[in-house]
Amino acid sequence: MQRYSFAKRWRLHVPIATIVLLALSPIVVLIALATQEPLEFGSRNWRILGNTVGLTALTVLGAVAIGAPLAFATTCLKLRRAGLVLAMLVFPLAVPSYIGAFAYFAATGPGGEIEILFGIAPPEVRGLFGTAWVMTLYTFPFVVLSVRASLLRLDAGLVESGRTLGLTPLGTLLHVIFPRIRGGISSGALLVALYTLSDFATPAILGFDTFTRAIYVEYNAFGLSRAAWLSLQLLLLVLVVLTFESRAKTVRENPGRTLRWNPIPTTKICIYISTTLVWISSVGLPFVLFFVWIKREGVRSFEPSILLHSVVPAALAAFCAVIVALPLAQAASYGGRTENWMLHLTSFGFGIPGIVMGTALVYVGLHLPWMYQTTAMLVLGYVLRFLPLATGSLREGLNRLENSLSAAARSLGASPFETFRRVKLPLIMPAALSGAALIFLEAMRELPLTLLLRPTGMETLTTRLWQVYEAGYFGDAAIPGLLLILTSFMAMLLFIRTERLLRLAPEAET
Amino acid sequence: MLSIETLNIHYGDAHVVRNLTLHIAKGEILALVGPTGCGKSSALRAIAGLLEPSKGEIRIDGQATTNDNFVPPEKRSAGMVFQDFALFPHLNVEENVGFRVSESSQVDLWLSNLGLKAFREAMPETLSGGQKQRVALARSLAHQPKLLLLDEPLSNLDAALKIDLRLQIRHAIKKAGVTAIWVTHDQNEAMAISDRVAVMREGRIVQVDTPEKCYEAPNSRFVAKFFGDGSFLKGIASETGTETAIGLHPFVHTNGAFPPSANSVSQVEVLIRPHDVDLIEETPGNATVQTQAYEGETRHYRVQLDSGETLEARLSHEHRIQPETRVRAVVKSRHPLVAFQLQKNQPST
Repeated sequence: MQRYSFAKRWRLHVPIATIVLLALSPIVVLIALATQEPLEFGSRNWRILGNTVGLTALTVLGAVAIGAPLAFATTCLKLRRAGLVLAMLVFPLAVPSYIGAFAYFAATGPGGEIEILFGIAPPEVRGLFGTAWVMTLYTFPFVVLSVRASLLRLDAGLVESGRTLGLTPLGTLLHVIFPRIRGGISSGALLVALYTLSDFATPAILGFDTFTRAIYVEYNAFGLSRAAWLSLQLLLLVLVVLTFESRAKTVRENPGRTLRWNPIPTTKICIYISTTLVWISSVGLPFVLFFVWIKREGVRSFEPSILLHSVVPAALAAFCAVIVALPLAQAASYGGRTENWMLHLTSFGFGIPGIVMGTALVYVGLHLPWMYQTTAMLVLGYVLRFLPLATGSLREGLNRLENSLSAAARSLGASPFETFRRVKLPLIMPAALSGAALIFLEAMRELPLTLLLRPTGMETLTTRLWQVYEAGYFGDAAIPGLLLILTSFMAMLLFIRTERLLRLAPEAET
Repeated sequence: MLSIETLNIHYGDAHVVRNLTLHIAKGEILALVGPTGCGKSSALRAIAGLLEPSKGEIRIDGQATTNDNFVPPEKRSAGMVFQDFALFPHLNVEENVGFRVSESSQVDLWLSNLGLKAFREAMPETLSGGQKQRVALARSLAHQPKLLLLDEPLSNLDAALKIDLRLQIRHAIKKAGVTAIWVTHDQNEAMAISDRVAVMREGRIVQVDTPEKCYEAPNSRFVAKFFGDGSFLKGIASETGTETAIGLHPFVHTNGAFPPSANSVSQVEVLIRPHDVDLIEETPGNATVQTQAYEGETRHYRVQLDSGETLEARLSHEHRIQPETRVRAVVKSRHPLVAFQLQKNQPST
């Protein structure tokens, strides 16, 4: 890769270093905050750690157990309506897990919605297993997608040569296919682990004491220092997962023919039944519940201003994040080691759970009264949290530009700024827009950060849902819930499109 | 017009261009040629200002640029044509050519000169490789540069297209009257398009001469081999000529401290190009045919001389001499052969 002398590198470094410092400032703040009081690690702390690790482990196990076989079935078996099956399996990503948790909370147990409708009370979905069940339902699609991606990269020729060398179908599955998709399974599992560690509302709603829930409890009890100490512990767990993730390198293989097997009828029926069951428990339940509530109570309780309160900060955050991400992505595209390292640091921001980011910024806000509980603070929180989505998207856009394009513009007499304005900017516009859209949708559905940083009295879709949960007027959750599902659905479409994860194999539609 | 003094370029520890000095006259086309990795592209990028040299001065039409006084690429008036065409994908052909051109007459002129009028509205991705490179050239020329730099402009194109396009490009450059440096690793391309050729090896220029001189009178075995096939036969040079295993021939010298003075002799190696050689089927002869390969217009032979040396020959395709046949190898060309003084310890190949 050529480095251009005219990119005076220090001129890039200063703004980037500023952004990186800003992105990492929450950690510094947390350390400062936590050390204000003696750090204790008592029995309650042990229990929280155990709960968090246990929940994460169970969720990962569950997600792999459901996701991996179904990914194999939809990718490598000849099924009728394989496209539909796949869409059903990915759809739970369009339901924020806290909506699922909310639905299960409202539907199960004595006095729950299911008892009201059918007269039989299913056991309460609460505690470790209940929470793990709900988390699994909404995270297993990560495993489906990542395993599917590695199965699509697997050349059928390998399997066929295994068979000609004397392996049975089961033998090929174990000795040829499994080793090749292990990377896919583990990267899906790490994503699930990251999601589970960061998720606040699911364990909170289902009453299971994990780090995120405990942080919120401390925050509410004005124990900011305790909250910061717990946040740091959670960050350490996140860091462990991220370390594994950065080591898990997916092997790039030349795409070949995708494997296609003919399943026996029993297998087919099992696949259809399990997909339907998973879909009903994850997507069907909240939908049915919301429609039942709308039918029973109408939509009067929904105030349109709530939607506006969600849209405006999210849109501002999307715009600002893209602006801030531009120099970062630009620097990274020069390919220097320092720049890449800086980019890695900012992407750590995405690993910082919303509740942790919120805690840090609340503390910052307490020292900056003019910022505290303003929309600006909320937008800042969103930008810090979702910045990596924008840098990632822009970086991909910039990488697709050949280096010679800006060199050509320069040699035709265009200044660096004119080159940027007339060549680079128009070409990275699509990437910038999709990055912005993704951030917009993510910010719309972000709960804990909004809960902590919003101006007093400002209700958004997510905080309304939380309010409804705390107050128990479940019916009021229907419209915000459906709007949030719609938001997530669009975010999912965008995510899938940018990651190109849903590339259907040629015959998959039949 | 362009003068380069002791240009040096480093990539980290790698010293890719070493003390390059070069002077190019106005309107001249210079081919900068050499094997992959010899530093020719780096030198070109440094002239364009896309790469900062570690040392040296580049003077374009009186405007000097050095490390202390670095002139950015856009101020050099040095247009560049890239291997990958580098057309702006969001602009159509006309907008590409007219990127920063104020007079539309220049755009029209070069679109028509390069046969692109019909593609004015076309987007780059719809064009063939040859068309793309013509657009890129039109774009550079329409901006009226003082210096045109071409970085392997034909290497991404089909072989069939190259010969035609290289003549078109040379014609267009001459028409514009612009000074040009054309980087290539293809020696035939270099000879066909240039007024002078500069041969680079491991960061250094080893010969700058007309294409004819480079081919007929290379100053080193490296240049000799780079510009074409050939065998080197050992010989003894004296005032009368050089005596090799296949006879006595007049020679020119291009290096070293010879020709020998009267009454002295010197050990040399003589470059014999395949088409300088004739093979006559004859017994006893002086050589045995080892291989023959049909090439269409010609046949290529490799024969082993009785001296043990190997000689390559390229003859008309009409005669076919079977391997193992005894032949007499002779030099049929009338021009003097190039002789290199044999260095001590130099392996003879």
